[in-house]
Amino acid sequence: MSMDRREFLKFIGLAGLGLGIGASATGWIFSRGLEASEYIPPPGALTAKRWAMVVDLSKFKTEEDYQRVIDACHKIHNVPDFGNPKDEIKWIWTDTYEHTFPGQENKFLPKEFEEKPFFLLCNHCDNAPCVRVCPTKATFKRSDGITMQDYHRCIGCRFCMAACPYGARSFNWRDPRPFIKEIDPTYPTRTKGVVEKCTYCVERLAKGLQPKCVEVSNGGLIFGDLADPNSEVRRILNTHFSLRRKAELGTGPSVFYIIGGEEDV
Amino acid sequence: MYDGGKIITGIIIFLLFATFPFYYNIGKANVKPDPKLDTPVIKQLAEKKCVESKEYMRANHMQILDDWRNMALREAKRTYRNAEGKLFEISLQNTCMKCHSNKNKFCDECHKYANVKPYCWDCHFVKEGGAAK
Repeated sequence: MSMDRREFLKFIGLAGLGLGIGASATGWIFSRGLEASEYIPPPGALTAKRWAMVVDLSKFKTEEDYQRVIDACHKIHNVPDFGNPKDEIKWIWTDTYEHTFPGQENKFLPKEFEEKPFFLLCNHCDNAPCVRVCPTKATFKRSDGITMQDYHRCIGCRFCMAACPYGARSFNWRDPRPFIKEIDPTYPTRTKGVVEKCTYCVERLAKGLQPKCVEVSNGGLIFGDLADPNSEVRRILNTHFSLRRKAELGTGPSVFYIIGGEEDV
Repeated sequence: MYDGGKIITGIIIFLLFATFPFYYNIGKANVKPDPKLDTPVIKQLAEKKCVESKEYMRANHMQILDDWRNMALREAKRTYRNAEGKLFEISLQNTCMKCHSNKNKFCDECHKYANVKPYCWDCHFVKEGGAAK
């Protein structure tokens, strides 16, 4: 059988078309397996455009006020206690005024600021440096402003720890499981070699609950939507002078401190 | 044949060596996995059904788990609506393992047989009895 150029081109063209149709049909058949199923945001979840927290330090008076909040957070999130500061894992913790607001110290500040502990946690920055440096996008920004991490993707490079100006991130140098006093079976632990931090309790927001620290703070921590002018956080920020940690770095932290000198909020 | 004895001896030694994995593993690897579904929670279910059909789960559970984790964690879509319209909270520890609380007999049984080592359990915690670690 002989074929001239015109017939050959026709034949090739048709064959190509047939292959294309066949391939896309096979793809469609295999991909449609569960087309009726879908993923939706949980009904009843708390949602916002921009989550933020206000720390009203006038509400924290005794050591116990701080410890209660720290323990509650660390307990439900299976945060280990290695018992030494080098391996320490922390989601929420305290430090002194001069470490919280470096450059803002002056020797004529009220005496109480010398001893008063300040609550520190991840600032969930608008322009989070940890997100920018993460090579695997394990640390990422959610649409509601929460800086979240995906431990499945974390390779333990610790770039985020170097990038974070707030020291909010901790690395698991060892398997944390043996160092968790009582494991909460409803929440995962972490594994050796991943970096962890506060998540603004995304798992609780999904169930319509406030973050645990807010819940047990007796009004000292206030959580809400910064983009909603009628929210509690906006109301407080409208009427009180507030500070953010190292705002001059341009990271846009979303944790606001009210450090006293005013009436109750 | 020149050096026939040496050649045949060599062939026999080679054959013994090459087939070593087969007779070494006789009776070991061919014990079929026997995953169990007899947990207290499953026994009480009126309709014994997973989030999708048995056939689909058997073939694609790893795919659906992967989708679940990405959707829940990265897209904040923590609820799964299955083909029948039923809603499930996306959670390995709180949803999957609530029914399949027998990790040893449900997960590990086949994973050991197939020699796959998923690292789910490095972080996701399963209570003693179901725990491998």
